[in-house]
Amino acid sequence: MNQYLQLFESFAKIGSFTIGGGYAMIPLIKTEVVDKRKWVKDTEFLDFLAISQSAPGILAINISIFIGEKVKGTKGSIVAALGSALPSFAIILLIALFFESFKENQLVVSIFSGIRPAVVALIAVPLISLSKSAKLNKYTSLIPLLSVLLIVLLGISPIWVILAGAMLGIFHYYFSKSRLNKLKKGDGE
Amino acid sequence: MIYLQLFISFFQIGLFTFGGGYAMISLIQNEVVVNKGWIDSSSFTDIIAISQMTPGPIGINSATYIGYSVSGNILGSIVATFAVCLPSFIIILLIAFLYKQFKNNKWTEAALRGIKPVIIGLIASAAILLVTPENFPDYKSWLIFGAAFIASWWGKQNPIRVIIAAGIAGLLLY
Repeated sequence: MNQYLQLFESFAKIGSFTIGGGYAMIPLIKTEVVDKRKWVKDTEFLDFLAISQSAPGILAINISIFIGEKVKGTKGSIVAALGSALPSFAIILLIALFFESFKENQLVVSIFSGIRPAVVALIAVPLISLSKSAKLNKYTSLIPLLSVLLIVLLGISPIWVILAGAMLGIFHYYFSKSRLNKLKKGDGE
Repeated sequence: MIYLQLFISFFQIGLFTFGGGYAMISLIQNEVVVNKGWIDSSSFTDIIAISQMTPGPIGINSATYIGYSVSGNILGSIVATFAVCLPSFIIILLIAFLYKQFKNNKWTEAALRGIKPVIIGLIASAAILLVTPENFPDYKSWLIFGAAFIASWWGKQNPIRVIIAAGIAGLLLY
């Protein structure tokens, strides 16, 4: 079978069967591209995954682009990304077509009145595990607090807050490195 | 022109998304609800609910949905979805090309260490900004919020089950 077709098929399968976002997709992507198709090796997959997580954008799309590129170059990356985006695109479009016309229906209104507060809870819950895994201390826990103040109270765009966080990380690294160099020099003398 | 605006907005969202779908909610919310006023907070909450119940990444789902509801046709969906993926293409293809330099780059790692705590703030902001009078009209909504929180955090129930249960609760209570 044509390799473009294989790429499309694999990623369309991944895109249609993962509910719950990028992280739920990872095991499925691994089974498909490492174990079944053998497009990439295990260690290579872990590298791709690490880089896809640190690059901006949608994780699943990033990984598809990476693997598509590895298999068939730029064209392969387009085919793979298209495969993983198309199923959700089609499903959501169908829902949008229907939902826009059923929005005023009393049953739908009741159901979504119940769902909305639950969605807010679902967004809040991961904060607990994220805060734990980030190992925040007295000083670093000020960063999320400050971010909330800037975004919620002052209405500053999250984009600026992300850029500020990146700068902070770079400054911190730069200064701790130069301090380390001074210490090392001090040892040598 | 609405398509150009959709393109610019979703390109920006794709470019600045770090830390997965939940962090992305904050960016989409700021651009689509606060800056452009294309949809209101409760419709945005509905879109997140639908995204969580359907397959695929939340970024693709919301771009498709919002693109459609803003422009009223499929072209809007295509433009928004294409735009949200485009930065990934540019960046990942560049990285694939400069693979060795990017792998274990100390400066990138430092920047990402700085972004990590910000992501927590972003997700918290998204949740706080969704606490509106439309989403929480009365005490019953707070009961649902509490039950969903406990079911998801303590009971480790998956989001789809929580949303379905909340929908049934809504049907009974409202």
